Amino acid sequence: MTPTISLDNVSMVFGSGTDAVKALEDIDLAVQPGEFVSLIGPSGCGKSTMLRVIGDLISPTEGIPHVNGKSPHQARLDRDYGMVFQSATLLDWRTVLENVALPLEIMGVDRPERDATGRRMLDLVQLDGFANHYPWQLSGGMQQRVSIARALSFQPSILLMDEPFGALDEMTRERMQMELLRIWEETETTVLFVTHSIAEAVFLSTRVIVMSPRPGRIVDHIDIDLPQPRGFDTREHQRFFELITVVREALRAIENESP
Amino acid sequence: MTKIRSYGPAIAIFVGGLALWELTVRLFNIQGFILPAPTAILAAFAAETSTLWRAGLATFLSAVSGLAVGTAAGVLAGMAASRFTLIRDGAMPLAIAANSTPIIVLAPVANAWFGLTSPIGTVVVVAVLVFFPVMINLVRGLLSAEAQELELMASYAATRGTTLRKLRLPAALPYFFSAMKIASALALIGAIIKEYFGGPQERLGQYITLKAGLFQFEEAWAAILLASAFGIAMYGLILFVERKAMPWHVSVRS
Repeated sequence: MTPTISLDNVSMVFGSGTDAVKALEDIDLAVQPGEFVSLIGPSGCGKSTMLRVIGDLISPTEGIPHVNGKSPHQARLDRDYGMVFQSATLLDWRTVLENVALPLEIMGVDRPERDATGRRMLDLVQLDGFANHYPWQLSGGMQQRVSIARALSFQPSILLMDEPFGALDEMTRERMQMELLRIWEETETTVLFVTHSIAEAVFLSTRVIVMSPRPGRIVDHIDIDLPQPRGFDTREHQRFFELITVVREALRAIENESP
Repeated sequence: MTKIRSYGPAIAIFVGGLALWELTVRLFNIQGFILPAPTAILAAFAAETSTLWRAGLATFLSAVSGLAVGTAAGVLAGMAASRFTLIRDGAMPLAIAANSTPIIVLAPVANAWFGLTSPIGTVVVVAVLVFFPVMINLVRGLLSAEAQELELMASYAATRGTTLRKLRLPAALPYFFSAMKIASALALIGAIIKEYFGGPQERLGQYITLKAGLFQFEEAWAAILLASAFGIAMYGLILFVERKAMPWHVSVRS
């Protein structure tokens, strides 16, 4: 089976000369279809950079990434992935429905169809009834749900999520995690998820990738063998705590290593 | 009801100010050539209505034509400068410098260019006056889209044209309307000052200089009053269009 995302020896250097910063060094990674992979690591470990390389928003200085067996550039042109940022990045002048339908509009889908799809996506994130609201009329959590609905609206096979729940309060965050898992199961997308939270990574993922900073490197792969589907019980599972400890120790090992 | 209440203080101050003006002029017996009483100005306005109205409309038309030409040119130049770095780097410092000069000093010179009685001179002066703030603001507006919003458009493989239409232009609207508010005031000032220095007859600027020269200050003030009314009307129209065009913006939404 060809991996959905593969990176071979990918390196990324920002700047040049003495100012050069090595954001990624020799990254090898393969994400299989349907996997939910989290990237975790301290600030500056290149998590977001990796997401942007895969999304063809920046080009790596070395190495060859593949997305669905294609170059990231081709995958972007084919709209193979949906991107979710830490801030919802909704366009102020568009209603919630128009924001959700934006990708479809750009793809040239006609009005009735994109409205219908947009409404279905709003159902999926439980925001039906807010279609004609403007973003500023929504709470932060609701805005982020709109941005997830937008990313899903054109049914990409991959979701690239850059700390999507980072700015949310704990309660909203846990609800959103459940919703994301439900959507992941329903839509069978492959998810690459950047986070700072160990518990979030363990709860959501099938695999957690631990990264170290300066230069950004992958130091550990941890398989999360918690039973599916995950639910509120999962957080009370003995194995959940064990895995949190495993990830935490992997992160602590990095700290002790770095000068 | 709420509207009347929110405008109430402004109306009260306006009426109170007029009353105070009238009273001051009468009490201290101030001469008409220094400051005519509001009632005297109104009387002059009533007597001169048709002349004033004709002159006012002609001036207003020049101002609006110049505003339209200058805005169109400013928008085009702004779009070009935001699209091409080379144009931006070359033109923006000059535009900002030009915008800080009193362009209105061109007024007497414009007569030499277009002839003393040509109405084109006024339109050109106004257009030049309006061009720079519109261009500068539009460039800022078109470049105001955030990095993440641009990444979002890129992730949908949006073309440059699509990104312009769906992101950059809407994001530039607030900047455009700020520019238009400045530009509409500039247009009227520019048109009237230009007319002080000549140009076709029967214009507000001409009328004001003529009446002031004849020591008929009531009439001059009546013309100033009319110019103010046109200015406020133009500003109000822009506010109205702004509200319709961007009901989503912080400055507008209720």
